[in-house]
Amino acid sequence: MKAKVRRRYLALKIDSNEKFESKEFMDTVWNNLLRLYGEYGASKAGLTLVDYDMEKGLAVIRAAHTEVEKVRAAIASVTEINTKPVAVHVLTISGSLKTLRRKLRTTA
Amino acid sequence: MKRRFADLHLQPNLDNMEQTKAMIMKASELGYSLVAAPLPTFSPENFAQKLRATCHEAKVDFASRLDLKPKTAKELLHQLRKFRREVEIIAVVCDSKAVARQAAKDHRVDILSFPTVDPRRRFFDRAEAELASNSLAALEIDVKPLITLKGPAKIRLLFTLRREAAIAKEFHVPIVVSSGATNELFMRKPLEMAALASLFDLDKPTALNAVSKTPLTIVKRNREKLNPNFIAPGIRLVRKGSDCL
Repeated sequence: MKAKVRRRYLALKIDSNEKFESKEFMDTVWNNLLRLYGEYGASKAGLTLVDYDMEKGLAVIRAAHTEVEKVRAAIASVTEINTKPVAVHVLTISGSLKTLRRKLRTTA
Repeated sequence: MKRRFADLHLQPNLDNMEQTKAMIMKASELGYSLVAAPLPTFSPENFAQKLRATCHEAKVDFASRLDLKPKTAKELLHQLRKFRREVEIIAVVCDSKAVARQAAKDHRVDILSFPTVDPRRRFFDRAEAELASNSLAALEIDVKPLITLKGPAKIRLLFTLRREAAIAKEFHVPIVVSSGATNELFMRKPLEMAALASLFDLDKPTALNAVSKTPLTIVKRNREKLNPNFIAPGIRLVRKGSDCL
């Protein structure tokens, strides 16, 4: 029987005065993941953008639960998006979107 | 009990109080309960008082720190005699092997820092680790070069850090992971710092201790020593004078 794929949802905050398109943001995350862990490592992360709020600089991404620490390191390595200085912080991590949103509401 | 986190190496421009305040506020926001910033060697107490007030506002604890940059081992001894009782954390920036060796064996040194990214100028080898394991010195690793360097320079740095972390583990030398941030955008959350530490093969519990337990222990130990009632490790003055009877 095929094992169930376990995922983690990460809520991210882009710390910058600038606003970025979702594609610019995801390209940066992918590039950092690729630079740190190579194509093989990046392929295991299963990174997907779930939600993106350009105005608030908030993003929700999905990753394989085994690769969360790698994704976290790649996100922490982001220092610029399109040559503009930024920092990206992980606000919270959860196993489902429902609990992620609940956690975000309680921390806000 | 909830884990407390510390960043012992914020590097704001202390003449720019606005930037310093912003960095301290950011540290509080990111979840740190204690921060330290290197003070200048002239009148460290004045700067420490200002920073302490700012930290009090941000509801973070502040530890005074001095980065000694001696050129010779003799100069290091002189500076340690002069400053040890002035601040809570003494870090030695090891620019030469002689200074690194002296710093590693001296009980008054809390942190060994190797700021250069050139592997030939980083002197944390097995001999250094053995000396450090017999004293109380911890190895400090800054995260800033890890996130700013790219390409071959980063690869070389990761290779060196991996070797240093393995040696530190073998000789039970504590590791402190700090931000080394010069502005807010280089500051990261404690768990992100721990994740970055995995790049040089620190396991998760060690990485978490490197941003929480180890730095907090250094500060706690030194605060105890700087207390006027301290006599020796484990011995402190409880009562004196007519109270003794």
